Amino acid sequence: MKKSWTLIWQLLVSAIVFSASPFAWSETPEEKGLAIAIAADERDSGFETITADMVMILRNRQGQESTRYIRTRTLEVEGDGDKTLSIFDRPADVKHTAVLTYSHGLEPDDQWLYLPALKRVKRINSRNKSGPFVGSEFAFEDLGSQEVEKYSYKYLRDEACGEWDCYVVERYPEYEYSGYTRQIAWIDKAEYRPVKIEFYDRKDALLKTLTYSGYQEYIDYYWRPDEMFMENHQTGKTTTLKWSNYKFKTEVAERDFNPNALPRLR
Amino acid sequence: MFRTLKTVLHVLMWGIVFSPFYFHVVLAEEESTGYWSGYISGQGRGFWQSPQFNDQRDGDISFATEPEYYKDWNNGLRAITFKPFIRIDSTDPERTHVDIREAHYLHVVGDWEWRVGIAKVFWGVTESQHLVDIINQTDLVENIDTEDKLGQPMIETTWLQDWGALQFYILPGFRERTFPGRHGRLRTGLVVDTDKEEYESGAEEYHVDWAIRLKTQFGPIDLGLSHFNGTSRNPELRPTVNSSGDIELIPFYGLIDQTGLDLQAIIGNWTWKLESILQTKKGRDFTAAVGGFEYTFYGVSESGADLGVLSEYHYDDRKQDAATPFQDDLFLGARYVFNDAQDTEILAGGLYDFDFSSKSFRVELQRRFSDSWKLESELQMFSNVANEDPQRDFHRDDYFQVDLAYYF
Repeated sequence: MKKSWTLIWQLLVSAIVFSASPFAWSETPEEKGLAIAIAADERDSGFETITADMVMILRNRQGQESTRYIRTRTLEVEGDGDKTLSIFDRPADVKHTAVLTYSHGLEPDDQWLYLPALKRVKRINSRNKSGPFVGSEFAFEDLGSQEVEKYSYKYLRDEACGEWDCYVVERYPEYEYSGYTRQIAWIDKAEYRPVKIEFYDRKDALLKTLTYSGYQEYIDYYWRPDEMFMENHQTGKTTTLKWSNYKFKTEVAERDFNPNALPRLR
Repeated sequence: MFRTLKTVLHVLMWGIVFSPFYFHVVLAEEESTGYWSGYISGQGRGFWQSPQFNDQRDGDISFATEPEYYKDWNNGLRAITFKPFIRIDSTDPERTHVDIREAHYLHVVGDWEWRVGIAKVFWGVTESQHLVDIINQTDLVENIDTEDKLGQPMIETTWLQDWGALQFYILPGFRERTFPGRHGRLRTGLVVDTDKEEYESGAEEYHVDWAIRLKTQFGPIDLGLSHFNGTSRNPELRPTVNSSGDIELIPFYGLIDQTGLDLQAIIGNWTWKLESILQTKKGRDFTAAVGGFEYTFYGVSESGADLGVLSEYHYDDRKQDAATPFQDDLFLGARYVFNDAQDTEILAGGLYDFDFSSKSFRVELQRRFSDSWKLESELQMFSNVANEDPQRDFHRDDYFQVDLAYYF
């Protein structure tokens, strides 16, 4: 009699504990991975607009550097991928070149390139998102908006990552023309900030590692890193992105995200 | 009557040309800072075949600069742009020239964008010919690819909408096409006298042209429809005897109406492109078209280079009477984009004329060195050019050109 009461108590307590935790004990690793991705997406949504300045430093194996200055504007789109504008300030020969992207989860993005010398707005074929962005180690798909449906997921384990605790999640690109078989992402448990991502190429060999550092909180809610460092293990080339001047919910005009507005944007 | 009208139009044109300076003085806010950017370049061209015509030289060296001053305020909704261009050429005085490429004031109110002054506009989608593009006059002495343009005085209004844009243009003041002089290569056998042009309009170069353009994009398709009314940018060249008894060519600029269509669709790795025009003028109407595709092979090298294969067919219903070399021609080309830190790119293409069996071939290469220097070079060859082909005058003008530019 006493024994059965103990058992009932134990069951009751464990039921309360497990239902209160976000991940019920019966979850498969796939379900848990997806739940983490959804939670991370929700944690970062509602920003409306973001503007930021980026300095991109390309370094080859010999240590030669090449630097680009790019200003970015992002417009959050409900129910679809975001719209992004990138305007180049340097190198000087591509000054005022602009790229406008409407990203769409699993469909090819819509992308327009503005060439200031010719005053030409050119729609470009963006089906291949695995190509390098302006000669860097970042592919278009690494920089595009990270929608939940772009991957399927598998939770691997919990692991300490620097001073934080992380979920380690493996994700498999659903986009047909992705350059990767899988990625392993370290995401901190407290705020769902990506800390590190490993990229595996189509032959499933480790291709690149991206590390995020210098996280700062903006408008008391959104976390962004000051620096993103991408290392290509196969070529020895690296690309560093240094971010500054982050602004959230600014008065970015929606009309600027129109291919016909590109010629006047600076 | 014409004299008064011309005076009024004259004032209108110069008013528009100088208005940006007025807006700059009156409206520009002090806290906004303007800045200069642009390039200085040195160019060498070599023609390795002996010239076809007297006085033509075997090459030239030239220097060019195109600085741009830009200042905006009110979050970029008001802006001034000033961009002069100068080229100094060692052999052809006609190629030594100065132009105001841009000098305009931009004013954005709600969905409406206004641009007043001298500006440049590009229309179209195809690569081997720009058929629909008509607003700006071609600066032909710069390059025979017709991609260099002279600044055009205009009032431009753009109504921006989610579905695209509607644009209206008023174009007072005509710009004459530039032509190489006696010493220059890539010229007509008879020299074009650019000081003696003739016009169909009584208002001559003060005739006010207008244009309207609709741009829309839906799904993977970009569509443009346009109409232009005014003085043709493409002159008829009429042989005339000048005062010293020599025969020369006088450009005659007729009045035209031109309706244009440009269409692009992206389907898989294919990009399909079409441009077509219908031109009506006194004498004869004609239609012309250019259409084709670009197919891209992605990631063809370890470092992620892309290879694009292009083909475009050119048609003009005037057939062999067309003053253009693109009346029944096939263009085949390839674009190799290295996707490297130096933005290295090679574009090679050949044009085959079915009527005259003439062939021409062109390779363009560009690459950046350090962050401020850029090297561009091109090789152009003509072969088997028939006597009746409008390109016959160029058939000994194969050349190699190198441009080294410092950007700031």
